[in-house]
Amino acid sequence: MAEPLLRVEDLHKDFGSLMVLKGVDMTLDRGHKTAVIGPSGCGKSTMLRCINYMEVPSRGHVYLDGEPFGERLVDGKFVRMSEKELALQRAHVGMVFQGFYLWPHLNARDNVAIGPMKVRGMPKREAYELAEAMLEKVHMGHKVDEFPERLSGGQQQRVAIARALSQQPKLMLFDEPTSALDPELIGEVLNVIHELAVEGRSMVLVTHEIRFARDVADHVIFLHDGVIVEQGPPDDVIAHPEHERLRAFLRQIMDH
Amino acid sequence: MEGFASKLVDLGGPLLLGATTTIAITLSALALAVVLGLALALIRLFAIRPVTWAIAAYVEVFRNTPVLAQLFILYFGLPYLGPKLDPFTAAIIGLGLNGGAVLSEVFRAGLVAIHHGQREAALAAGMTPWMTLRYIILPQTWRITLPPLGNYAIALLKDTAVVSAIAAPEIMFWARNLVTSTFETTFVYILAALLYFCLSFPLARLVEQFERRQRAWQ
Repeated sequence: MAEPLLRVEDLHKDFGSLMVLKGVDMTLDRGHKTAVIGPSGCGKSTMLRCINYMEVPSRGHVYLDGEPFGERLVDGKFVRMSEKELALQRAHVGMVFQGFYLWPHLNARDNVAIGPMKVRGMPKREAYELAEAMLEKVHMGHKVDEFPERLSGGQQQRVAIARALSQQPKLMLFDEPTSALDPELIGEVLNVIHELAVEGRSMVLVTHEIRFARDVADHVIFLHDGVIVEQGPPDDVIAHPEHERLRAFLRQIMDH
Repeated sequence: MEGFASKLVDLGGPLLLGATTTIAITLSALALAVVLGLALALIRLFAIRPVTWAIAAYVEVFRNTPVLAQLFILYFGLPYLGPKLDPFTAAIIGLGLNGGAVLSEVFRAGLVAIHHGQREAALAAGMTPWMTLRYIILPQTWRITLPPLGNYAIALLKDTAVVSAIAAPEIMFWARNLVTSTFETTFVYILAALLYFCLSFPLARLVEQFERRQRAWQ
């Protein structure tokens, strides 16, 4: 069997005495999309952040393309890799944050182009062409010269998506990309993510948008209290939930 | 009138000469203070405990003692331990060390004001910690700290008067010498004050410009 694009093995994360993840396993094949749902504080963002080592797992391992992520195998033992090596690996994983985190001192074009220029050493002209193409892709081609503070939340998030795409990543991670947005701006961001999904990009999406998760994902994971309680195709998990906790969660979300 | 003109030339000449020294000391001490302050602020953020304690102690000692006392210790005290500094060098090092302590707090405030998401987004994009600092964090810190930095530069320019106490040949040093030899107390000190004003007023306008630009950026 071919190695999946992403494999997460026995992932644990604690912050002092607080156990956030208590053994999570998942795999993602190329071109597939997994949505992670669950109540606030269930560990879904932490899980996503462990995948690209923004948080260092307390136990367990992450593999991208079969290679250990954030670690190296030395004489059969896992050893943390250097920040430089980690940066090289992270370049293959695009991440979109709930809070956008565009760099305010750079305009939209530079926000997208600086990664390719500095990380991959791409010449400026080429990086700008790439940036403009990526901004076009998220329907922000008309705002390349704008600085973040002049953009709406939805526009900022779309630039942030373009920025992640400019890494030409193998995998995209979305950490509640619409949670910080006003309701009327959510649609434009979801549309862009939907387009990327249709393109066949591999992604892990942490979201509260259950309907969207159902439309976009081919696999849904329900995380509760640091463990996967239920998972499967969206039509099973969301339409016919088995566990009471998932049913209660869905009722709460749908009522909302 | 002719008497006034010749007096102006006689007294103004040495004072202008002093002004060049004032400028040289200000610029050199400022450069030292900026480099030192930024380095200390960065080290303090990332280093292990004993190092951060040592830096905190340095900052507190230099901020809470008069710069005049620091200059005397450096100029008169240091020779007992080893090197004897000339007044000009002692002035630059003294004001620079003092400014480093002041500015390290300014830079630290600027660095911690930047949301942690800025750093995370850079690391997620594949930047190394060094690239993150260089391209994402420092440019933003710079913009935040430019106005207080400018105000510090103005204060420093005026505070260089204190180094006349260790005979560094700047404006006040010459003013005092001229007063001793000519007894033109009022005229000399007004002239000296005017010189300081001519130096610091344009600098203050420049700082204002920076502040306006920064507001526009925010």
